[in-house]
Amino acid sequence: MDNNVAVRMVGITKTFGTIVANKKANLEVRRGEILSLLGENGSGKTTLMNMLSGIYYPDEGEIYIDGNLVTINSPKDALDLGIGMIHQHFKLVDVLTAAENVVLGLNEKEKYSIKRTAAKVREICQKYGFVIDPMKKVYEMSVSEKQTLEIIKVLYRGASILILDEPTAVLTPQETDKLFEVIKNMKKDGKSVIIITHKLHEVLAVSDRVAVLRKGEYIGSVETKDATEISLTEMMVGKKVTLDIDRPEPQNTKKRLEVKNVTCYRKDGVKVLDDVSFEAYGGEILGIAGIAGSGQKELLEAIAGLQPVSENSEITYYSPEDMKPTSLIGKSVKAIRNLGVSLSFVPEDRLGMGLVGGMGMTENMMLKTYYGGVPFVTSKGKPKALAEKIIKDLEVVTPGVSTPVRKLSGGNVQKVLVGREIAASPTLLMTAYAVRGLDINTSYTIYRLLNEQKKRGVAVIYVGEDLDVLLELCDRILVLCAGKNNGIVDARSTTKEQVGLMMTHIAKKDNDGKGDAAND
Amino acid sequence: MAQIIQLLQSAIVFGTVILFGCIGEIITEKAGNLNLGVPGIMYLGGIAGLIGTFFYESSVENPNKILCIVIALVCSFAASALGGLIYSFLTITLRANQNVTGLTITIFGSGIANFYGGYLNKLAGGVGQISVKTTSEAFRTTLPFATSFGDFGKVFLSYGFLVYLAIALAVIVQYFLNRTGKGLALRSVGENPATADAAGINVTKYKYLATCIGAGISGLGGLYYVMDYIKGTWANDGKLESLGWLALALVIFATWKTVNSIWGAYLFGVLYWMYLYIPGLGRSTQELFKMLPYVVTLIVLIVSSLKKKPEQQPPASLGLAYFREDR
Repeated sequence: MDNNVAVRMVGITKTFGTIVANKKANLEVRRGEILSLLGENGSGKTTLMNMLSGIYYPDEGEIYIDGNLVTINSPKDALDLGIGMIHQHFKLVDVLTAAENVVLGLNEKEKYSIKRTAAKVREICQKYGFVIDPMKKVYEMSVSEKQTLEIIKVLYRGASILILDEPTAVLTPQETDKLFEVIKNMKKDGKSVIIITHKLHEVLAVSDRVAVLRKGEYIGSVETKDATEISLTEMMVGKKVTLDIDRPEPQNTKKRLEVKNVTCYRKDGVKVLDDVSFEAYGGEILGIAGIAGSGQKELLEAIAGLQPVSENSEITYYSPEDMKPTSLIGKSVKAIRNLGVSLSFVPEDRLGMGLVGGMGMTENMMLKTYYGGVPFVTSKGKPKALAEKIIKDLEVVTPGVSTPVRKLSGGNVQKVLVGREIAASPTLLMTAYAVRGLDINTSYTIYRLLNEQKKRGVAVIYVGEDLDVLLELCDRILVLCAGKNNGIVDARSTTKEQVGLMMTHIAKKDNDGKGDAAND
Repeated sequence: MAQIIQLLQSAIVFGTVILFGCIGEIITEKAGNLNLGVPGIMYLGGIAGLIGTFFYESSVENPNKILCIVIALVCSFAASALGGLIYSFLTITLRANQNVTGLTITIFGSGIANFYGGYLNKLAGGVGQISVKTTSEAFRTTLPFATSFGDFGKVFLSYGFLVYLAIALAVIVQYFLNRTGKGLALRSVGENPATADAAGINVTKYKYLATCIGAGISGLGGLYYVMDYIKGTWANDGKLESLGWLALALVIFATWKTVNSIWGAYLFGVLYWMYLYIPGLGRSTQELFKMLPYVVTLIVLIVSSLKKKPEQQPPASLGLAYFREDR
């Protein structure tokens, strides 16, 4: 056995309900190396690392640390083995100081003294080149300081294997450079560092080796010096799979929506949409591709009137009858809906935004049509008929229209949601992750429904995760990258690699996305 | 002058009941559990101490005062902690809703206590009023030299030992929470259990211990009420319950700091009894004055909400159940 191997994970499988997060995944990390763990969203990178750090317990498989078979039941076990993970969502207590957060949960032999901890923290800072004030409260810190604190926390505990989950997602380029310097210092100190990421240029900039996961499976690993952005993208997105999704030719397309220079900020001031412009046409399906959190949600919400946008943004809707333009900015959600703009967003927890879990199908149908009719009283007749129609048309499996939708399986919940949105006979239908977690048959039902809407002349915007589906279902694909429109491609002639590359790499002013990589 | 001294004395006696309740609840809430069952827990503590000492006093001829105190304290703490254990099991292990569970404990505790209180009154026979004379006297024993200090002695030294125990506990708990590693761990469990868990802290253990010990301390408030405030008797009048709610209000007033709750408790006492010393109040206007503690609590809530300083806010995950594999 290779003495230099710090971590070896063999045949790791983990499932959540029916969703397989990892399937027989393998991974090897050597001492004193920086390994990039690369993969698309939902490829199981974070889950795999959570099992190494004791957050989850694998259903199957073995983990070896320094050649010894180990069982990691809790984060504490992981720390005892020298494994420390810096999560994407920081695990810090806001009201405590940096030093208090560092010492948290440690059973040191010496008496508890925050001063001594602070001194030790300063020592670590000097050694690796961090800058932080140990007595500063976490709620007063910037994102980058919080991240630094997380790293100090695991180093203080003597971790020799550090896992960083998308560490640069929240950092500015300057902060990223600083972080990479620190990571290289840690490597010099003989520590192993695993970086979970999907940003190719960072992979190439900092790591020694790259391991690639795809759909929960381990694809392979390469030395970074032998890798290029193109070869990595190919590993990451895989070969094209033919799905045979029906795609009718778009007919008599008319401009339905024009989005111009839309910029929007999250509550904490982070820019999530950066000057996005595009047009959507009736009678076609416009796909939106991008790594999770690239601004898809905010874009759809901005159109639906749920998300405030900055001043010079323009969103214009063209009515299908007379092409009369109407600005959607500043209009209420209800007014936008009345124009025929319909949004079905399937969030990760499915119920969160679209449906009320404790209510039956009939009530959920009424959520969007409660107004109208006799004032003050609701009428259940029509919504009930609609619920029954959806059950029949979409083959929803449910004991009845009054069963709380929370009790339905994920796929059925989604059918209810999409079915309701389509029933509103929209002129612009936006769906996000409509087939997330669905089985093949149900997915095809949804594709069929979307195609029907397209044939009716509806402008369909489809935010998807699976590139194969996007390429076969959509007519054009808009690729978002870090909140920017990274180009719109023709779905019929584009390759999967091209879209994958555009998702992970900001093209510099040339919209074919390949140009930049080709220069290397 | 004499009136002011009298007011201060009754305020301190009154304040001690809610101070115990409040200290216990702060420990519980710092671990992220909002136990609205404090009134019920205080009932449990009161009745258990009464039952224990009643049977001891009626079984021996000359009850030993020290033993009376020990029995009362142990019974009271154990019964209250048991109430806390029921609450913990429901909210921590079964992850039931904390508000509903807490309210249930309040109803449960007062029901049980009044049931046994009525039963004891019947057992006591005679005029139908139970009395644990020896124990109550033991609890009300003051320092022998208290009277020799004049007004100073009257205001500061004329109480039973539980008054001073409450103050000491408040200081000790404050030190424990802010100056020890275990206290830090406890606070982090209430602020961010996922973080505490990731740091290797046994979240369930801390929550259980904090809730049970906290309930035990809250229960001593009930014991003090029974033994000192109403002098070793039992009354089915629901007064203890309203004191329990005041203890909960005091937690907010003290912004989750036990040292603040000392003077807060006495202030509540002053505000509560003030109507007796203001001439010309009718029976209805008296009730307006009894409202004052709640009014100041509201003001504190508004002020601290406006300040938005995290240190003055409730623990961040107060009232939320924790489950590690929640996605």
